[in-house]
Amino acid sequence: MTMLRPDLAIIADHVAPGSHVLDVGCGDGTLLAALRDERGCDARGMEIDAANVAHCVGLGLSVIQGDADRDLAIYPDGAFDYAILSQTLQTTHRPDLVLDHLLRIGRKAFVSFPNFAHWGVRLSLLWNGRMPVTRLLPVAWYETPNIHHLTIADFRAHLASRGITVEQSWFLSGDKLCSAAAANFRAEHAVFLLSRAAG
Amino acid sequence: MTHESPAPNSQPTMNRSAPVTASTVLELEQPLPLDCGQALVGARIAYETYGTLNGDRSNAVLICHATTGDQHVASPHPITGKPGWWDRTVGPGLPIDTDRFYVVCPNVLGSCMGTSGPSSPAPDGQPYAMRFPVITIRDMVRAHMALLDALGVEKLHSVVGGSMGGMQALSLAAHWPTRVERVLAIAATGEMPAQNIAFQEVGRQAVMADPNWQEGAYYGTGKSPDAGLAVARMAAHITYLSEATLSEKFGRRLQDRESKSFGFDADFQVESYLRYQGSAFTERFDANSYLYITRAMSYFDLADECGGQLADAFKASKARFCLVSFDTDWLYPTAESRKLAHALNAAGAPVSFVELSAPFGHDSFLLDVPELDRVIAGFLSK
Repeated sequence: MTMLRPDLAIIADHVAPGSHVLDVGCGDGTLLAALRDERGCDARGMEIDAANVAHCVGLGLSVIQGDADRDLAIYPDGAFDYAILSQTLQTTHRPDLVLDHLLRIGRKAFVSFPNFAHWGVRLSLLWNGRMPVTRLLPVAWYETPNIHHLTIADFRAHLASRGITVEQSWFLSGDKLCSAAAANFRAEHAVFLLSRAAG
Repeated sequence: MTHESPAPNSQPTMNRSAPVTASTVLELEQPLPLDCGQALVGARIAYETYGTLNGDRSNAVLICHATTGDQHVASPHPITGKPGWWDRTVGPGLPIDTDRFYVVCPNVLGSCMGTSGPSSPAPDGQPYAMRFPVITIRDMVRAHMALLDALGVEKLHSVVGGSMGGMQALSLAAHWPTRVERVLAIAATGEMPAQNIAFQEVGRQAVMADPNWQEGAYYGTGKSPDAGLAVARMAAHITYLSEATLSEKFGRRLQDRESKSFGFDADFQVESYLRYQGSAFTERFDANSYLYITRAMSYFDLADECGGQLADAFKASKARFCLVSFDTDWLYPTAESRKLAHALNAAGAPVSFVELSAPFGHDSFLLDVPELDRVIAGFLSK
C-alpha cells in the first residue's frame, strides 16, 4: 500500500474490491489512485480546487470540479457503492445536507473528520481560552477552512437523530487506533462507515 | 484517394488570388450523406497530419478546429504566414506530442481552406455559393470519419477540440461511440445557447446586408462582401475576449492621436484593433463559408439529436471524457460544460471537468494557460 494518511488507509482497506466509489473532496487524488490501482475500483472524484483537479486528470483519474455544498445534486441516486467524504465534512456550509446526499448517492458512505473534543483541543481552550491551533487543526480561526467543527459525540447524536446506521467506526490517535469507549476524549480523528437504515 | 494539393482552392472563380495550401486533399469516392437529406457528391477534405501512425494504429489524435480555424494546426497559414493556430500545443514534446501521436487535423466541411464549401465548384463547374447544402456539426464529423476511414484509423486514441472543435468532439463521441477512447472538449457546449445564436445571426445579417454579397453569388464578380464580413468578425471577436482583456489591452486610450477627432475615425485603440481584425479576416476567409459554419453551430443541439436527453447522447460511449472551461469565457461559460458533466455522469461515463482561471475569455483555449497544457498532456498520457 502506498503511504496513505491513516484515515485514508482505513477507508482504502475497507472498500470492497471492484466497487464504484465517489470521493467527495478528493484533493490530489491519492485515495482515488490507491482505490483504482490497488483495489480495482471504478473511482471518481469531486474536488473544489482547479489545480488539484488538473493534477488528478494528469493521473488519469476522473474528477469533476465542484463544491460538495452545491454540486452533489448532479449525481443520480444509488450511483455508487460508496461515497467518501474524508476530512471535508467540517469545511462544508451544510454538513447535514452533504451527509444526506452522500447516503443518497452511495449505498454506503465513509466519513472522516477531526474530533474537536480531543483532549488537546480541550486543554488548549481551557488553559489559553483561544481557538486551538494543533497538529491536525494548524490554521488560525480567521483563515481555517474548517467552519463547522464537530466532535465524535456530536456526530453520533446526529446519526441517531437521522436514523443513520453506523456499520463500523475507527478512532485514531496519531497513527494508532484507539477504543470507541473514550474516543470522544482520546481520538484526534474519527472514521465512520455509514448506511441508511433499511426501510 | 489522396493527392497533394495546391489544387483545392485554385478555382479560377475565386475573387482574389487563390490561397495556396500544402495540405493533402482527400476526394471522397462515395457521396457524403448530410443531415438535411441531401448528399454531397465529390466532397473534398483538406487535412494535415503530424507524426506517424503506429503499427497497431492506436495513436491517432483527431484535432477539430474552431469556427474560422483550419487544418494548419501546427504549420504556417498559407495566406497569412502566421504560425499554426495551436502550434503552442501541438508538436514534438508539446502537450499533444507529435513524437508520440499521429495527429490529424481536417478543415471542416463548409469551410474555404480546401475542404468542400460554398466557394468550391459544384458538379456543374460553377461555385456552389448558396446552392451548397446547409450542413451541421454532425455532417462535419461525418466527413472527418470518412477521412479517418481513408487513413486506416478505425479507433482514435483521442479527439480534441476547443469551441466549435469541442462540439465536433462531442458529436463524434455521441454518434460514433465506438471510434474514440478519449474525448477532450474545451470551452464547448452540448447545445448552442440562445445568446450565441443571437450573436451569430448579427454576423450573418451583416454579411447579407452588404450589397456586394449578391445573394451569395459574388464569386468571379470582382466584388465580395468584405465590409459585411468584417463587421461580422468585429462583433464575433468581441465575444471571444473578456471585458478585463479589453480594458487592460486598450482601456480608453486613443489611437495615434492626442485628442478626440469629433468624427467617426477609429479614435480609440479598441476601435482600430477591431477594424484591423475585421479587415484582416476578409483576407483569409470566405463570407459564405462564414454563413454556413455559423448556421451549423446554431443548429447544434446534442440532446435534440439523441431523443431529448443529453445523457442519452452518451449512453453507448465507452470513452473517457475531459471537459475544460474558463472562468472569463462568457460565450461558452462554465455552466455549459457543467451541464455536459452532469449528463456524462448520469450516463455513467468517466468524466473529468475543470474550470480554469485565465484572463483571456473564450480565446483562452488558444493562449498561454499553463494549467491547460497540464490537463491536455495529462489526459492524453493516461
